Amino acid sequence: MSNGSTLIGSTSTPAAPVVVAAARGARWQRWLRGDTWVLALAVVYFLALLPVAPDLANPENLQLILSNMLPLLVVALGQMFVLITSGIDLSVTSTIALTSVAGAGTMVWPALGLTGTAAMLAGAVAMLLIAGAVGATNGLAITRLSMPPFMVTLATMMFFSGGAIWATRSNGIPGLPEALATVSQEGFGFVPYALMLVAPFVVGAHVLLTKSVFGRRLFAVGRNAKAARVSGVPVARTVFTAYVLCAAFAAVGAFLYTGRLETGSPVLGQRIFLDVIGAAVIGGVSLFGGKGSVAGVIYGVLFITLVDNSLNILGFSSFAVLMAKGTVILLAALFDAMRARKVAVRA
Amino acid sequence: MANDLANTGNPVALQYHGITKSFFGVPVLKGVTFSLRAGHALGLVGENGAGKSTMMNILGGVLVADGGQLTVNGQAYAPKNPKDARARGIAFIHQELNLFANLSIAENIFLTGFPKTGLFAIKRKEINERTRTLLASVQLAAEPTAKVETLSPGERQLVEIAKALAFDARVVIFDEPTTSLTARECERLFALIEKLKVQGRSVIYISHALEDVRRLCEDFVILRDGEVVAQGPREDFSLDRMVSLMVGRKLEQLFPARSMVPTATALLQVAGLSQPGVIENVSFTLHKGEVLGVAGLMGSGRSETARILFGLDPAAKGEVTLDGKPFPNRNPAACIARGMAFLTESRREEGLLMDADVRENVAVAALPRFAGRGLVLQNQLQPKVDAAARSVGLAEGKIASGAVKTLSGGNQQKVVLAKWLLTEPSVFILDEPTRGIDVGAKAEIYTLINNLVARGAGVLMISSELEELIGMCDRILVMRRGEVAGVVDKAHFDREAILRLAFGGGIA
Repeated sequence: MSNGSTLIGSTSTPAAPVVVAAARGARWQRWLRGDTWVLALAVVYFLALLPVAPDLANPENLQLILSNMLPLLVVALGQMFVLITSGIDLSVTSTIALTSVAGAGTMVWPALGLTGTAAMLAGAVAMLLIAGAVGATNGLAITRLSMPPFMVTLATMMFFSGGAIWATRSNGIPGLPEALATVSQEGFGFVPYALMLVAPFVVGAHVLLTKSVFGRRLFAVGRNAKAARVSGVPVARTVFTAYVLCAAFAAVGAFLYTGRLETGSPVLGQRIFLDVIGAAVIGGVSLFGGKGSVAGVIYGVLFITLVDNSLNILGFSSFAVLMAKGTVILLAALFDAMRARKVAVRA
Repeated sequence: MANDLANTGNPVALQYHGITKSFFGVPVLKGVTFSLRAGHALGLVGENGAGKSTMMNILGGVLVADGGQLTVNGQAYAPKNPKDARARGIAFIHQELNLFANLSIAENIFLTGFPKTGLFAIKRKEINERTRTLLASVQLAAEPTAKVETLSPGERQLVEIAKALAFDARVVIFDEPTTSLTARECERLFALIEKLKVQGRSVIYISHALEDVRRLCEDFVILRDGEVVAQGPREDFSLDRMVSLMVGRKLEQLFPARSMVPTATALLQVAGLSQPGVIENVSFTLHKGEVLGVAGLMGSGRSETARILFGLDPAAKGEVTLDGKPFPNRNPAACIARGMAFLTESRREEGLLMDADVRENVAVAALPRFAGRGLVLQNQLQPKVDAAARSVGLAEGKIASGAVKTLSGGNQQKVVLAKWLLTEPSVFILDEPTRGIDVGAKAEIYTLINNLVARGAGVLMISSELEELIGMCDRILVMRRGEVAGVVDKAHFDREAILRLAFGGGIA
């Protein structure tokens, strides 16, 4: 990264021309403070398991890992915006379920009479609109009514999850357009269409975070909302936008999950919340706010997906996988706390 | 080194002998030697970073000295932790008080040693009774069962002192005890310190408020760069000499001369600003090139007026005119856009993003000026940020260093100033701009204020230090109970007159 980006986040430390030993210390520090170690961790994990699970490196499996990563990544990136403001969006899984049934319902709605790609696009629009409404509800309750994010999103999680099940009487919505399955499951050569869909959101999130005024303000709010307000940062608008972005990104994830299932499901994504938060935390997004990067979240999602995938290959039960993921996330949080302390001592 | 203090009067309660301490190879204390007599107060003065805190942390068992010797009442003393210090009767009243707000006064006082019956049951009645006695001795009229969160900062400090008395502390260290106290609370504290001395306890008093130090302390130790540059009885030290010893600079240089005289052009006009229960009918005019001081006791509405002006708090009535144009619906962003800036009273809470670095902090208020289509124009912003940081006298190494929380108070304040200077303000409201920072940094901040008004800006300077207002301002607005009690012209600056206005004595 160029020196120009050193103002943002904790991913980089400006290097000053100092003596060699100190420079080495600074490099080590920068590495610890950055996200690359998460990638290194994922690679080490992969290589370490390769002897016992050679199937890991199969081209089909690598393809599977990538396609498993994509929807999780886009959801985790959305959550990242909220986490940076030192908030949390517990309703993200319910947003996925609700947008899934709303989108699927729109795609198969006889009154619209749409088929194929047109139906898929209409569904996508419906998903984004519904997600925007959910995000706006969360954002308004948190900023205008000054309610704690945890309570607000816990309540909306239950409300919208219940709403999705109630509206569908707990049934899935099948018969979705072929185009949706194609987009979600197939690809152009080795490049999945899903990657082409997710990539703009990844790039967009990165630009927002590191290059935009909004990104600067997001970090400022997360670090000290009071000081940000005095400095002219529109705190309420910034926080509101983070929740809307979170929900919108979740809708993109919901689109892909729905396509993979080929069904609109009112219980879609109910089990991924741990993965979303876990990937973000492993990727260096602080639950205390003011810290996070897109690269970190990508590495975190990679690691979580890798753990999931490898344990499946090794034949562990889903419960054992859950236990393993819980342990990994705890260790990551521990390591995060340790490196934070190390950096603090050296600073 | 022979120590003259030891040969006169009261017995020596505490002695430092050649104490050294380094951090990562950087010497912070270079052989500090001095002694403290029983029943005396010793004023420890020095700029931030002179080594005062390190010295006291060694005494309090928070840090362990690299070399040298400490003696307490003639016996060697080498504390390994705060508990050791306590056992030898040393109490530390910290700058940031160490009380648990959600616990009662009695619980706080006996937290480290609850008298118990059996294994777990606390003798509530006994601790409440003992607390009552202790509170009486520090003259705090509060119930032992009252929660600490219901107390004012000054009252909390009294609880800290009561806590020290609970274990019969012989040496009580005060580190900047008056920064968050009202004038009345200060007086109460000083009376209490005198009482501690009469009881034969020793006091180490650390403060940037040199007037207070001179008033309270019999002996002085002046510290500079980890060394004792002078020590002796009060009579040897004039205020002037203390300052020049601390910084190697004369007092008259503290308030740099200003060449510019204020113009008659009104910049900011405030008419009848009111908010029930907060301020009442506040009116004044700030001119181009003027430093208008705002004096008053804590709670007189000084900061509240500033917050209302900057759109942080609402006003029920009143008009604000900026540059001849009305400015009705204010919020911080609009104020900044129209050329206002506001350095808040609390750096930590409202001034800085403590975990962010210098550049991020400096940039945050000026972002709209360096934005195109929602993106930050980094190429334009970066050089301006660095220039602003340099203009307030931040060293290149500090600008590029990590989080601002690692900087000293003075440097942190410079970061806040740089942030506002980057917005090129025409009206700069400064609330306690030099609180808790050392003399050297104060002088630099005064120079910056002068440069600002020389360029035609107006400065509204709120301060609790009357010397500072008298030294810096063209006029002083005195507030009392939310109202403007009077405006004093430079020709009529007089400590007593201003204080009378502030306290409500009225001018005959």
